[in-house]
Amino acid sequence: MSDQAYNFAYLDEQTKRMIRRAILKGVAVPGYQVPFASREMPMPYGWGTGGVQVTAACLTPDDTLKVIDQGADDTTNAVSIRKFFQRTAGVAVTEATADATLIQTRHRIPEAALTTGQILVYQVPIPEPLRFLEPRETETRKMHELEEYGLIHVKLYEDIARHGTIATSYAYPVKVEGRYVMDPSPIPKFDNPKLSNSPALQLFGAGREQRIYALPPFTHVVSLDFDDHPFEPSKAPHDCDLCGAGESYLDEVITDDQGGRMFVCSDTDFCRTRCEAGHLGALGVPVLKGGA
Amino acid sequence: MNDALLGGFVDAAVQSSHAFRAALTVLSQPGEIRELHGAVPPAPLSVAAGVLLLTLCDGTTPLHLAGAYDCASVRDWITFHCGAPLVSVEAAVFALGDWVALQPLGQFAIGLPDYPDRAVTLIVEMPALEAKGAVLRGPGIADAAYLSLPEVAAFQANRALFPLGFDCFFTCGAKVAALPRSTHVEAV
Ligand SMILES: [Zn+2]
Repeated sequence: MSDQAYNFAYLDEQTKRMIRRAILKGVAVPGYQVPFASREMPMPYGWGTGGVQVTAACLTPDDTLKVIDQGADDTTNAVSIRKFFQRTAGVAVTEATADATLIQTRHRIPEAALTTGQILVYQVPIPEPLRFLEPRETETRKMHELEEYGLIHVKLYEDIARHGTIATSYAYPVKVEGRYVMDPSPIPKFDNPKLSNSPALQLFGAGREQRIYALPPFTHVVSLDFDDHPFEPSKAPHDCDLCGAGESYLDEVITDDQGGRMFVCSDTDFCRTRCEAGHLGALGVPVLKGGA
Repeated sequence: MNDALLGGFVDAAVQSSHAFRAALTVLSQPGEIRELHGAVPPAPLSVAAGVLLLTLCDGTTPLHLAGAYDCASVRDWITFHCGAPLVSVEAAVFALGDWVALQPLGQFAIGLPDYPDRAVTLIVEMPALEAKGAVLRGPGIADAAYLSLPEVAAFQANRALFPLGFDCFFTCGAKVAALPRSTHVEAV
C-alpha cells in the first residue's frame, strides 16, 4: 500500500500536469529540450531529481518499476528511489529488465533488449550537449534553432587530432532524426547504438537544469562522427569473469590489495540471469539452483 | 445540483495517471488507439476529450473552444473541473472542436524557432476513429501505421514546418489517438 500522507507518486496534481505537458511536447519534437518548472524533491540534486519527477508523472498503480544506477539495482541511489516509489505510489518493483514496465536509469541502458510498451527514464545532469562549448543559454538555444552544430564537430575532431581517436567515451553526442543534437546523458558510448530504433519510449529528465526531452520508439538516432573516423562503441576487450558474456559492458573491479582485478558486467540483472542459466566466466562460481 | 459539478474524476491522482499513460502511448506511437475513462462530460463533449481536458488542462493552460463545443454546458463544466481560461484562437495552448470548426489552422500557435514547445495541442472530436486510412511514418512507428485522419494535406503542411507545428489528439467516444507534428502523412 502507498503512504497516504502523500499524493499518488508524491507530486501534487498540478505539478504532474505541468510535467506531463512537457513530456508530450518532448515526444512531439524528438531530441528538443523542453523547459519545465522542476520541483524540490525529498532527495538532493545529483540523485536524479529530474528522472524522479518524470517517473512520478508517468507511473500508474499498475506499473512494475526497476531502478538502476550504472547498471546495478542495489546501489544506495537505486534502492532509495525504488523505495520512494514503493512508498508513494504503491507500485510493484523488480530487478528483471523484462518484467519492468518503467525503468529509471542513471548512466546505463540495460543489456537485455527493451520491448514495446516499456519506458526508460534517464537521470540527466547536464542536458545541453553544447554547454561546454557555449555557457550562455540564449546562444545554445540559437545554435539549436539554426542547426549550427559545427562547433561540436570541431571539438570531436580536435580529439582525433590530439589522441588519434575520439576520446569522448561518455555522454557522446547524438543527432536525432537528422535535426536536434542531443546529450544522451552520461551513458558509455557503448550504449549509444541502443538509443536508435528502440521499441521502448525513452524519456530524459534534468532536475537542476529543468529540462525534459524524449526519444519516441523507433526514432532514428546517430552518434556524431566523421567519414574518416566512424563512430565506434568501444568496451573493455574482455569477457565477463562471472558469466562469460563477450558482448556486455564491463566494470573493472579491484578484488584485493595485491593488484588483483576482474571484469564483470555492469548490468547486474543481465549477469545474474546468465549465471543462473549456467553460463560461467573465468572466475565465476557455478550457481547451485535452490542452494544456499 | 448543477450538472457542471458532475462528471469529474472520482480519484483524480489515479485516474489521471492512467489517462496520461494512454495519451503518452498514443502520441509516442502514432496510429495506436487507446480508451480513456473516468469522466462523464456534458454533450457534445466525448468521454475521451473530457478525460484529456481533466488530465492536461488547468488554470495555466488557455483553452479555445471551437464551434458547437463553445456552449454553456461545456464552458461551465471546464470552468468548474479544469479552471482553464477560455480564450480566442491565437492565445490557445489547447483547442477543442471538430475538424471543420477548428479551421483555419493557420491561426494557432505553432511554437517559436527557439521554443518549438510553445505550440498548440488540438483535441479533435471525430465521428469515427480507426487504425486505417492515411499512412503514417516517422518517430514512434516501426514501419508504417494507419489512422482515419480527417484529411491529409493539412498534416503534410504541418510536417513541413517541423520542428514547429501543432500536435493533435483525436477523440471519438472513449477512443483516443494522436498525431505529433513529427509524423509524415501520405494518402492511401
Ligand atoms: Zn556477466
